[in-house]
Amino acid sequence: MQAFIDQLIQEGAFAGVPREVVYAIAMVLTALIVLSVFVAPLAGVTSWLERRVWARMQSRIGPNRVGPQGVLQWLADGIKNLLKEDLIPAAADAKLFSLAPYVVFMGFLCTFVVIPFGANLIVADLNIGILYILAVTSLVVVGILMAGWASNNKWSLLGGMRSAAQIVSYEIPAGLALLNVVFLAGTMSMQGIIKAQGWAPWDWFLFNNPFIFAAFFLYFTAALAEGNRTPFDIPEAESELVAGYVTEYSGMRFLFFFFAEWGNLYVIGAVATTLFLGGWQVPPLPIFDNNPLLLGIAQFVTFFVKAYMWVFVAMWVRATLPRVRVDQLMALCWKYMVPLSFICLLGTIGFMFMPENLHRVISAATLGFAVAVMVVFLVRVVFQIRNAKPELYLKPHI
Amino acid sequence: MSVASYVKDIADTVKSTFEGMSITFSHLFRKPMTIQYPDKIPVPIQETLPRRYRGILEVDLDICTGCLACERDCPITCITIGIEMNKETKQRQFTHFDIDVCKCMYCGLCSEACPTGAIRHSQEFEGASYNPAGLVRHFAPTQQNLYKPKKGGETEPKLVTKVEIGLKYLDEFATPDGGAAAEES
Repeated sequence: MQAFIDQLIQEGAFAGVPREVVYAIAMVLTALIVLSVFVAPLAGVTSWLERRVWARMQSRIGPNRVGPQGVLQWLADGIKNLLKEDLIPAAADAKLFSLAPYVVFMGFLCTFVVIPFGANLIVADLNIGILYILAVTSLVVVGILMAGWASNNKWSLLGGMRSAAQIVSYEIPAGLALLNVVFLAGTMSMQGIIKAQGWAPWDWFLFNNPFIFAAFFLYFTAALAEGNRTPFDIPEAESELVAGYVTEYSGMRFLFFFFAEWGNLYVIGAVATTLFLGGWQVPPLPIFDNNPLLLGIAQFVTFFVKAYMWVFVAMWVRATLPRVRVDQLMALCWKYMVPLSFICLLGTIGFMFMPENLHRVISAATLGFAVAVMVVFLVRVVFQIRNAKPELYLKPHI
Repeated sequence: MSVASYVKDIADTVKSTFEGMSITFSHLFRKPMTIQYPDKIPVPIQETLPRRYRGILEVDLDICTGCLACERDCPITCITIGIEMNKETKQRQFTHFDIDVCKCMYCGLCSEACPTGAIRHSQEFEGASYNPAGLVRHFAPTQQNLYKPKKGGETEPKLVTKVEIGLKYLDEFATPDGGAAAEES
């Protein structure tokens, strides 16, 4: 992105304008484009899709009235929330209360700076890409604590405190799991990590060795917890805390929290794709040779599909698992996930010291294990369908 | 906590999550249970209700004898019947036969008391109205003669089927046990 602007300046497109002003305008424009063209529709459609997928998994239908199959439901919800009264409780800290949703939203939106949608489609390829993502997502804690405190409500405060404890705890296993990949790739840059992998599954870091395979699931679980997703949504546990830190919010401010939550799902998927699943790598087909545009589209689609698959898995987990208790949540993190992620890290280090010819054998075995797990899973699904003898309905719509 | 139980905990978590996710995934291929009332349904919902369903009361005035048994039996007097003598034809006529659905509590006592089965519960339940007056069902819009049962059974073809329907309703549903005895036999 910067190279592109630099090139324009070199060509004299902005003659007479100070370089910093051009940069500032370019940054604002890029942020606006990313926000309005990609993030907002993505979060909205994700909210609709989640409700549909979740409903189908519970033998319901979900929203299917607004637009064909309800795809415009998110627009209707957005307009409804815009028109609602924006309440600020009399006893609340008005400034912090108004600011909190935007801090949460910013913490999520800033990650889009380093998400590589394609070989050239990235806002800034920072050399500390992964560290940057871990750092800016921590801003969400500040926003949630702010919301919890400023609401001047015991439910909000409890929710905010729980969320802070949860996010701070789960950053450790998430960070350690990501460290495996950083060790293997030898770089923290998102593009560098992708370039260290290949397009084929056996070139992905996910199947590099068994420890990194386990670390992937540790990362995914920890990321779900960081995103306050079910089964780790105790900060907004409806049965205990009404709505946690969003109890006092209404209208668009309320929506901003959920905007961030749904958008964050995609970020989780994008990070998982970049680090473990080969990112935008596409097979070197001959049609891409003289067609950079087609190559770019293919890369974007590959990345998007891979990332969105994990969004689907997050919805699926949400439909499957019940909410854990606070003590269970902390026990899961500190007693199980932190030690396991350290074991994974040591295992990966040990793997890196192994002779080169042993690497291939272990990678092949890991890939074989993953394929076996998929096969067993399909067998179980078929068993469940046969066992229940349901009326089959293979169409995704109704 | 021993190492064995620690490892077992982890294995249990992975196994139960795996199994649970296979169950939820299999639900994606099942037909949803939801009935999309009121529009996206193959047949009107009233036709799918059980026959003993206690919906809004309906009256077949052609076979109503005007005995006022239902009006007397109604615990909340939601039935009001007016009968007067027509001086020209020397026949007794209904001036009105109104049931206030607002008040009706669907107890079914009126349909048990009716000798001909003229008043009975329908499968209709959609009672939405813009004002309470719209919920009063008028069954005698014009002045209509009372029904006189004939000795030896009904002969007029227009009324035969109506009487049969009424008596069938009395036998099968309008009994204190809700027709359970008739169903068993």
